[in-house]
Amino acid sequence: MFRSIREIGRGLAMTFRYMLTKPVTYQYPEVKRPVRPRFKGRHVLKRYDNGLEKCIGCSLCEAACPADAIFVESAENTDEARYSPGERYASTYEINMLRCIFCGYCEDACPTEAIVLGDNYELSFTDRRSAIYTKEMLLEPVPPGGKPTPQVTEPGKFVRPIPIMSDPTD
Amino acid sequence: MDFGLILEWTIKSLILILILLTGFAYTTLYERRVLARIQVRVGPNRVGPAGLLQPVADGIKLIFKEELIPPGADKWIFILAPILVVVPALVITAVVPWGADVTLFGRTIPLSIANLNVAVLYILAIASISVYGIVLAGWSSNNKYALLGGIRSSAQMISYELALGLSFIGPILLAGSMSMNDIVDAQRGMWFVVYQPVAAVIFWIASIAEVNRAPFDMPEAEQELTAGYHTEYSGMKFALFYMGEYVKMIAVSAIFSTLFLGGYLGPFVDRLPWLGPIYLLIKIGIMLFTMIWVRATLPRIRYDHLMAFGWKFLLPVSLLNVFVTAAVLVLMLPA
Repeated sequence: MFRSIREIGRGLAMTFRYMLTKPVTYQYPEVKRPVRPRFKGRHVLKRYDNGLEKCIGCSLCEAACPADAIFVESAENTDEARYSPGERYASTYEINMLRCIFCGYCEDACPTEAIVLGDNYELSFTDRRSAIYTKEMLLEPVPPGGKPTPQVTEPGKFVRPIPIMSDPTD
Repeated sequence: MDFGLILEWTIKSLILILILLTGFAYTTLYERRVLARIQVRVGPNRVGPAGLLQPVADGIKLIFKEELIPPGADKWIFILAPILVVVPALVITAVVPWGADVTLFGRTIPLSIANLNVAVLYILAIASISVYGIVLAGWSSNNKYALLGGIRSSAQMISYELALGLSFIGPILLAGSMSMNDIVDAQRGMWFVVYQPVAAVIFWIASIAEVNRAPFDMPEAEQELTAGYHTEYSGMKFALFYMGEYVKMIAVSAIFSTLFLGGYLGPFVDRLPWLGPIYLLIKIGIMLFTMIWVRATLPRIRYDHLMAFGWKFLLPVSLLNVFVTAAVLVLMLPA
């Protein structure tokens, strides 16, 4: 019987000790936990360093999406108004965030690595229409050193939709 | 019966009820913060500075909840039961002395609402009425599990009331009187917890069982009996049960502090009488912390073990304590 009293005492001592340790709670809006590598957050449409969009409007992501969340319409690039290298660009690109399951299949399907899932997880909408994210909302800002699209380019320079890799083994 | 006396009683009662209700609200917050720190997390700290308005938010939420009386339930008893649980809890504290006598407006005002010369008996009697409320709550809910919870709870409470009553006898014998004021006065030399450690421990265990708190909270075991006797209650009636439990915790801590820890006595309390209530509040706070600490540590005791413990261990040990105390006092008396 005295052994059980001793064990209860040891239990109480342990909880008391735990009370004196620092809590592990992240106080959320002030402190945010850093995001892990390859985290699947909100989508981002990437650009090349010269400012041209990577997306060529091929709709492979639309075909790959299991939740039917992506909608793509493509149009033809001209040298006076060039959005992406090659012949096509995505004139309409919408993702319905309420359908998206953040699986990353669109990222895997994309031939130019245009659509990637980024780090932003703080999404909220107040009605269903505002949950459909348009191309303007998803497109990445122009990197430093690039020009905004649509660009005026010299003919014959951006013929290939996928640029030649300088080092194929990289 | 002069008007001044009636006014004094009314004002003291109002102040005490206000203190108890505010104390109940902040005890819930205190419990959540302490439980959280023991579990290495932070409790509610968003709702006001450091979470201090959390009880207000909880109260407003409970007021907005739908109050449902289940079909087939005995309506008037269903409504009466929470009242039968809360009112005894509030009324027990009427005999607790909060401090020495104070002189205001030319009157000497004792700081307890009633200085009964059988205060301890009053406490035991009124505490038993809460059992009635719990049984009626379980029974009138028209729900098998609530009935089982109510019956289990009442059996538990009446079993532990015996050990509780017997452990009161130790301080009564030492003080020579059943009045709480006399018991506090008799502790001016040394607190009774030093002379009666066994009675103090038995009192503490029995009172945790009386209040239906962990590790003795089988009747309201959230995971097993689907909240036991208060399953069918929602909104303000549920808030009354909750209030009954926490106010009983505060009352039982106050009574323990008065009987064993010297009540309002402490250093310099004769020169500065307003230190009396502050010392008592500190002692109540420490005892509440102990209750919360025990809740966070120990697993729930199975019902048959609980009853066996109450009848086969606590009752004989408290009887033994009464005999030993009485024998020692008789043998020491001529000296």
